[in-house]
Amino acid sequence: MTAVRNIRSIIRRVALLTVVVLVIIPTVFFFYWMFLLSFRTNVDNMAYPPKFLTRTVVVDNYSIVFKQNPFFRYLLNSLIVAAASTLLGLLVGLPAAYSIARYKQKGVALAIMLARMTPHISYLLPWFIFFRMMRLLDSYISLVVTHLLVSLPIIVWTLISYFEDLPRDIEDSAFIDGCSIYGVFARIALPLVKPGIIVVSILSFIFSWNNFMFSVVLSGPRTRTLPVAVYSLMTFEEIIWGQLAAAAAVITLPVIVLTLIIQKHIVSGLTFGAIKG
Amino acid sequence: MKSPRTVLKPQFAFISPTLVFLLLVVAFPLVYVLYMSTQEWYLASRVPPTFVGLKNYAEIIFKDSRFGSALKNTFLFTLIALTLQTTLGVLCALLFDTEFKGRGIVRTVFIVPMATTPVAISLVWILMMQPTTGVLNYFLSLVHIKPALWVFSQKTVLLALAIVDTWMWTPFIMLITLGGLSSLPTEPFEQAKIDGANSFQTFFRITLPLLRPYIAVAVILRSIDCLKTFDIIFVMTQGGPGTASETLNIFMFLKGFYQFHIGYASAVAVVFFVIILVVSIVLLRFRRPE
Repeated sequence: MTAVRNIRSIIRRVALLTVVVLVIIPTVFFFYWMFLLSFRTNVDNMAYPPKFLTRTVVVDNYSIVFKQNPFFRYLLNSLIVAAASTLLGLLVGLPAAYSIARYKQKGVALAIMLARMTPHISYLLPWFIFFRMMRLLDSYISLVVTHLLVSLPIIVWTLISYFEDLPRDIEDSAFIDGCSIYGVFARIALPLVKPGIIVVSILSFIFSWNNFMFSVVLSGPRTRTLPVAVYSLMTFEEIIWGQLAAAAAVITLPVIVLTLIIQKHIVSGLTFGAIKG
Repeated sequence: MKSPRTVLKPQFAFISPTLVFLLLVVAFPLVYVLYMSTQEWYLASRVPPTFVGLKNYAEIIFKDSRFGSALKNTFLFTLIALTLQTTLGVLCALLFDTEFKGRGIVRTVFIVPMATTPVAISLVWILMMQPTTGVLNYFLSLVHIKPALWVFSQKTVLLALAIVDTWMWTPFIMLITLGGLSSLPTEPFEQAKIDGANSFQTFFRITLPLLRPYIAVAVILRSIDCLKTFDIIFVMTQGGPGTASETLNIFMFLKGFYQFHIGYASAVAVVFFVIILVVSIVLLRFRRPE
């Protein structure tokens, strides 16, 4: 009896392990392949049948990508735009989330959700015309303001539930002590939702960093962000796999690190409070 | 002594920056795009925009076969991608609901794709999908399947793009479903055990119906975004080969920013906006069943 049961449990375990490996292989292999391509010569990358290991590690792909293009500039641009739109998003979104949670302003919440759900490409054409008219194409302002459409919904919708969960009696006792609503917000509510603020800042940074559609239209040689720069690498006549992979690795690495930091909360920022992370 | 601050009601003061943003960056452009859609307007030409009424709309809906094909591609892509990622996402949620060694770390790795930069992801997928030297066809050859053309053939391009989208977003469905699984009541399962139900019966008769609201939320949110997929399609195919993967998003983008046919593109933008708005409203009605 026990022997049969043991064999059964072993089979079960092996089966489970196999399924786990099958499920995770597409993800692991993808990133492995990206980094492998980026550290190999073109000859090795084009070999068929493909080689899955490498004896030599070369960093030429990275150095060429950075040398032939002002990639540091693009990196800096991406950093500036993502950080600035996140900061601006917090400045605008924190009071809004607090207010929506406290005064049940469902209409505003709904408007923000609709702004997020409707196709952003529909706004892109008028933005382009305006910014062109105001000579603000290829400026940080146009990028930061439009990226707010990415960051604000994430910030507001995630933080509403954080603010709703705050115990009201702490606020009430502050009122009795003569604190104004603004004082309560700044000195009591904000510090209490600090973990939430960290989560939304990272989420907002990631999705602004990833944004391609706004930047491809509104940025220019001076403000070009990484996704646009990497995309334009592809339009070269001769595509060097290793360089493409290196550029892809440069963009994704910071995002991978940030994702690992907030992995548990990532879904809460993308579901409009439907699921609490 | 009253400061000017107390004159402004706090509930208005708190949200006024957001309202200003919504008004200037969202509402006003929408009104303007409506206006633009009634114009014959080429950005490249010296001819000033002229009012043409609903001509652009009439042309889109009755004359332009590319619009019809873009509409079809948009929904077909969404249907394929959602079918794949919902099935896989629910199955993966069941897997991650079971105890196994290293579950935490495997789950963490599994969800990375949904946050990584779509442009970068697309580039690597293109390299993997190269018909002659790509690694995917090598894998197929290992199991004796003849090489596929992936995004390089009109027949398979939508499926290939849907696979990329599925790779990115299966974790999203998985996470929401997993959240549902962890909050299921235990009584129905105990009762099923007493009644001698096997695991298939339990899954289809109890687990799945109880999970339905969670899966619904995941599918709704995903479908709204899936219809608007831009980055991976633009980077991998630009709507090609031919117009085989040209979705409404791509169609509008090419009309507006490549041909600078501003009035026409605006009309497409308005139609697309209305479609997504209607789909969103209809779907969101299902969101809270209670």
